[in-house]
Amino acid sequence: MKILGGLVTPDEGEILVKGQPVKIGHVNDSIHLGIGLIHQELNTLDNIDVAGNVFLGREPSRFGLINRAKMRADALVLLERLGLPISVDTQLDKLALAQKQMVEIAKALSLNARVLIMDEPTSSLTVTETEQLLKIVNDLRSQGVGIVYISHRLSEVTQIADRVVALRDGKNAGDLAKADITHDNMVRLMVGRDLVRKAASAEAKELDDCLVVKGLKTTRYPAREVSFDVKAGEIVCLAGLVGAGRSEVVQAIFGTDSALSGEVILNGTSMPLGNPRKAIDAGVCLVPEDRRSVGLIVEWSIKQNITLPGLSKYARMSLINGQAESDAAVTESKALGVKAPTVETIVGNLSGGNQQKVVVGKWMLQQPKVLILDEPTRGVDVGAKAEIYDLMRELTKQGVAILMVSSDMEEVLGVSDRVAVMHEGTITGVLSQKECSEEAIMRLAVGKVQAA
Amino acid sequence: MKNLIRKELGIFVLLVVVCAVTAMKSPHFLGIENLQNTAELIGLYGIFSIGAGMVIITGGIDLSVGSVFAILGVIMAMLLNPNENNWPTPLKFLNGSHIPWLVVVAIILGLGTLLGTLHGYLITRVKLQPFIVTLCGLLFYRGMARFISDDNTKGFAEAKGFEVLQKLATGKVGGVPMPFLILIVFSVIMWFVLHRSVYGRHLFAVGRNEEAARYSGINTKRVIASAYVISGLFAGVAGILIAFFTNSISPGLHGNSYELYGIAAAVLGGCSLRGGEGSIIGIVLGTMLLQVLQNLVNLLGIPSSLSFAVLGAVILAGVLADQLLTNRSKKAKVKAAAG
Repeated sequence: MKILGGLVTPDEGEILVKGQPVKIGHVNDSIHLGIGLIHQELNTLDNIDVAGNVFLGREPSRFGLINRAKMRADALVLLERLGLPISVDTQLDKLALAQKQMVEIAKALSLNARVLIMDEPTSSLTVTETEQLLKIVNDLRSQGVGIVYISHRLSEVTQIADRVVALRDGKNAGDLAKADITHDNMVRLMVGRDLVRKAASAEAKELDDCLVVKGLKTTRYPAREVSFDVKAGEIVCLAGLVGAGRSEVVQAIFGTDSALSGEVILNGTSMPLGNPRKAIDAGVCLVPEDRRSVGLIVEWSIKQNITLPGLSKYARMSLINGQAESDAAVTESKALGVKAPTVETIVGNLSGGNQQKVVVGKWMLQQPKVLILDEPTRGVDVGAKAEIYDLMRELTKQGVAILMVSSDMEEVLGVSDRVAVMHEGTITGVLSQKECSEEAIMRLAVGKVQAA
Repeated sequence: MKNLIRKELGIFVLLVVVCAVTAMKSPHFLGIENLQNTAELIGLYGIFSIGAGMVIITGGIDLSVGSVFAILGVIMAMLLNPNENNWPTPLKFLNGSHIPWLVVVAIILGLGTLLGTLHGYLITRVKLQPFIVTLCGLLFYRGMARFISDDNTKGFAEAKGFEVLQKLATGKVGGVPMPFLILIVFSVIMWFVLHRSVYGRHLFAVGRNEEAARYSGINTKRVIASAYVISGLFAGVAGILIAFFTNSISPGLHGNSYELYGIAAAVLGGCSLRGGEGSIIGIVLGTMLLQVLQNLVNLLGIPSSLSFAVLGAVILAGVLADQLLTNRSKKAKVKAAAG
């Protein structure tokens, strides 16, 4: 994918465009060939307006001065083609993520892209935004644009794909024609085996309160309060749309974000807020949403990452015992099935799933009482996903309370014992496993308060 | 880690080559007196370069060191030498005071630490940029040094009453200059601190990815501030030694641009200005290389006006070579993975 975009040069093989073999050594080559690339992480600049972003690096100019009128007019045409109701003068930082993504698509279209490559375009979009995007993808298809749609979200794939090419470990794992595109067929190709769906644990027995959150106010929604509890041995999911303030809540509990007011009670004692160290020592750990920039130090080895939060355990008089540190890291990464040659392997070279296992591993060594996971399986392959779910189940058997934030409906329904749904900073309802359904969650997520 | 060892090895080879060339061209290079002088300079510069390196590892920078030398040097001379104490108005009460030299040393080290703490506070709590904070320090302390001394050069005369201190700062043990010995002691301690201790690992973590470090429960503010405290303390130690080495402190010039020598030594020794990378051995080797180059310029009769140009060119060449090697090894890795 990066090869087609001209970011990485291929080691072998050839690329054909309209039957002609071509060489792509640079981003410009792929642009000339009509290949547009939409990265998973957006490449838009927040400090420039929509028109400027669409024509970034190719601003129409006269005498070295930007021809703003032409740029705005051209951008407007593209936005209309996409059916995007925003002004071309809007500064990008005022837009929602989904809209920024549309701007990115507009940019690719402005290059007369004949093939559009989209890498996990919906990974951070809400359900409605996703539908919008899929509609645009459909429109583009009818306009004769070829689309390579890379996604882990199988329901989207079933919805829009004409053909599926599954890759596993950097190799073709098989193709599916339109008629054969089903959830199970795709999973089989990706995993190389049939995935047995895990039934969620039996209806909760009488469990003790472990984590109680009372009247928590976050900086994002200073006027709204959040209260809920997680019992020992239970998995509670915070569901809701993107922007509902779920991450802010878990960050405030862990202490990486400040809480304006409220109380977090852990096993009966009030926990100091705003200090991750104290949270960790008390037994509250967070697997953050953005593992590459805050969950891990990607330039470091598996070992160094796993032992970082509790390094002093392997030290005497503050000097680290290298052997003890190594042993702990080896044991933990084996237990979690991290696929890497040694624990000295640099984390940045691992797949998303293995990286996530390392993040989980570093908290396992802290023996958490409460494990908070924010979008634990985003960008994680199906195999590793199942392993992470198994691990969560295993932990609840040991009496760990798990709080999970997830936007993946399948995950919410399949893993949680209870689902607390958030809408604009408050919890609109808590659903037991029995009451849980996609419709019930969505109703609460869009703000309909649960009937008492 | 491997990367670091390669860097250290690279600069070590460069050091050996420069030494060999100088020794061949000039018989004086290996003369005992020249070696002693060079060792003394390496000691003086090495101590504060380690401090500079600590700060750079956190991703920051300390530009104030040279001016700290000036203000600490002036204050020390005025406290130690009764002939020199004509303090300006708010400090007039110090005139004619006799303070034991041990107390003076404690005051100077305390002041260095205090300034470092102030920098750390402004950077981590007030969230000012390290460059700005320490640049203001560079200007402010220089100005204060000139004000306190009334722009007069201060000296230690016969060092009456503090001969022991002077001996400690400028003497030799078994022919090895004191500053060099002190550097060795400091490097060994700091090697353990940086490369073997929990604190050292946290320092690297914070420099590499401050947010990830915070999410791992590291008190990142305290760790970053501590680097400036160490830099301040080491500047205090080096400040005392340098003052006795020059034996006269002209407030406008003393220590001028020394902070850049520290930064250069650290960068040459493998510290990345982006933070998260560096080693004590590298910093010490970097200091040695800079001093030997300085010595080479002197011994080979290269016009001294060119000495800065030589330093600049060698640092650039070193960094360039390193970058080229890094790129090449990256490509080789990709190839190996493909094959």
